[in-house]
Amino acid sequence: MDSNSVALYTQNLAKHFDQFVAVDDVSFSVRHGEIYGLLGPNGAGKTTTIRMLLGLLAPTSGAGAVLGFDIVKQAEEVRRRVGYVSQKFALYHDLTVAENFNFYSGVYGVPPLKVPERRAAILQDVGLNGQDNERVSNLAGGSRQRLALACALAHEPEFLFLDEPTAGVDPISRRKLWDLVYDLAERGTSILVTTHYMDEAENCHRLAFIYRGKIVAEGSPNEMKTKQMLAQVVEIDCDQSDAALTTLRAAKLFDEVALYGALIHAIGTDAREKISRVRDLLQSCNVAVKSIEVIVPSLEDVFIARLRNVDVNDK
Amino acid sequence: MISIQGLSKQFGATVAVHNLSFDVNEGEVFGLIGPDGAGKTTTLRVIATAMLPTAGRVTVNNLDVAHDAEAVKQLIGYMPQRFALYPDLTVVENLNFFADLFGAPRAERAALIARLLGFSRLTEFQTRLARNLSGGMQKKLALAATLMHRPRVLLLDEPTTGVDPVSRREFWDLLTEVHLQGGTIVISTPYLDEAERCARVGLMYRGELIACDDPRKLREEMNATVLEAQSEQALRARKLIEQSEGVLAVSAHGDLLRLLVDRAERAVTIQAAWQANGIAASDLRTVKPRLEDAFVLMLQKTADGQPTIADRSAVSRQRSAVG
Repeated sequence: MDSNSVALYTQNLAKHFDQFVAVDDVSFSVRHGEIYGLLGPNGAGKTTTIRMLLGLLAPTSGAGAVLGFDIVKQAEEVRRRVGYVSQKFALYHDLTVAENFNFYSGVYGVPPLKVPERRAAILQDVGLNGQDNERVSNLAGGSRQRLALACALAHEPEFLFLDEPTAGVDPISRRKLWDLVYDLAERGTSILVTTHYMDEAENCHRLAFIYRGKIVAEGSPNEMKTKQMLAQVVEIDCDQSDAALTTLRAAKLFDEVALYGALIHAIGTDAREKISRVRDLLQSCNVAVKSIEVIVPSLEDVFIARLRNVDVNDK
Repeated sequence: MISIQGLSKQFGATVAVHNLSFDVNEGEVFGLIGPDGAGKTTTLRVIATAMLPTAGRVTVNNLDVAHDAEAVKQLIGYMPQRFALYPDLTVVENLNFFADLFGAPRAERAALIARLLGFSRLTEFQTRLARNLSGGMQKKLALAATLMHRPRVLLLDEPTTGVDPVSRREFWDLLTEVHLQGGTIVISTPYLDEAERCARVGLMYRGELIACDDPRKLREEMNATVLEAQSEQALRARKLIEQSEGVLAVSAHGDLLRLLVDRAERAVTIQAAWQANGIAASDLRTVKPRLEDAFVLMLQKTADGQPTIADRSAVSRQRSAVG
């Protein structure tokens, strides 16, 4: 692959820890200005992948490059040009907002004379203007995350790694953080984000599902829902939803039957074909059905169906 | 089962919860949602008798949390955000410890713990140290410990935050079992897809309850239409129309644009504006509203009424969307 045509690529990247395969032949690429998501449960290999891309961990095999620099041979060059917000970003809680920013500017080698101007601009961007002298310990979780992002942007990186940047941050603060990420992408920054929040995955231009170290599906969020879904979701609106749920679970027609308020979602590979059987079943136990329809799955539905498929194949 | 009337809680000058009133029916799954600092945790703590109300009355099964705290404690199981498991003890040792704490009779203990291990799908991990459990398993163990004294009411404070999707589904499976056995559940969550799983949800904002209903009703009775379009230039497309008349909110998700408009006919002018500015976009289509859409509108309405310094940026962002 021509490493200049994309902002990042990996080819059969793998990392073994003794017998344990943390990352297993992972290949993907991120285009310039693209927001690419790696989505997977804890332990799937997301953070290990990022550590290899940052040159913090040597791959067992495979190759990769960030901004045209080899992740093994030119790790220093990579790190100089990228920003990284980790799950537990190391902010100094007894220092102020400005002091934290100044510290990271120093680490990234930003010329001291440029720091005040850049700090003003970036703190404005992330919505922390006027809070220069606030101690980090006094900031809410969402504000801390935005400060962590500001620090990672101190040297104006062309590529940004966000490793579960919004874990434990409330929905409104998450939305704000994503608005910032979009602005960055629009200005040409390429972004790799790992997350296990499904609503966050919807925000990516493209994403990959990663499970047990392997990429099990890739595409835009819309493609994932329309082309990559291995099962259907049927929404059942009926009275006595508890009784209906128990009946449907006992019948073992579906991989999953779950309550959604007063509604029931039944998920399975041929759920659509089973609608009439559902009607008969519910009728026989005197549950009045108002409607049954196939609905667009959520990204999480798609993801879970994929994982089930992997697990079944492994057995 | 739970009745909250005019609950207020102040910490010094800070008002954490202000004049809150709602009821939770027996056997109901009730969701408390809202941003950080909205007052969800404080509300749960008052119901759990972990703190006293400043004003108002809270009862569980007609027992007042302020005057009958000991009796209320028998009825409730409270799982705080950071549930204190002993990392150096195994799964089964942790459960034994909680059995001691709740004074479970010796004779019944083995059977009780076996049942809870089975319920939480932790039987095969019972000799593992708690610190070596995944985040999702720790939550399941915490839930098992919370259920030790067979509470009729479960109070869960963000039990799935930071838990991966697979574990999250399993956790909800366990909650469904509690529900099917007649348990009453109050759960706070930052995830709106989880809110959809509740029979009713209360949306809290700045210590107040700004909506409380069946999530489906909230979605369907929303006073707006949701439109979607695909565009490679989603951000430009968004910026161009977010100030337009009738556009209540716009969000970009990858190359998908989601618009909240006051009526469906706005699609015509929006599409025309894009065309005039050379933005290629797919046709706007009306889609089913999500709970998130309803909440964006409600929060926007509330925030516009009384902006504070604390969410200055949130308000200015929403204002610019309202135009």
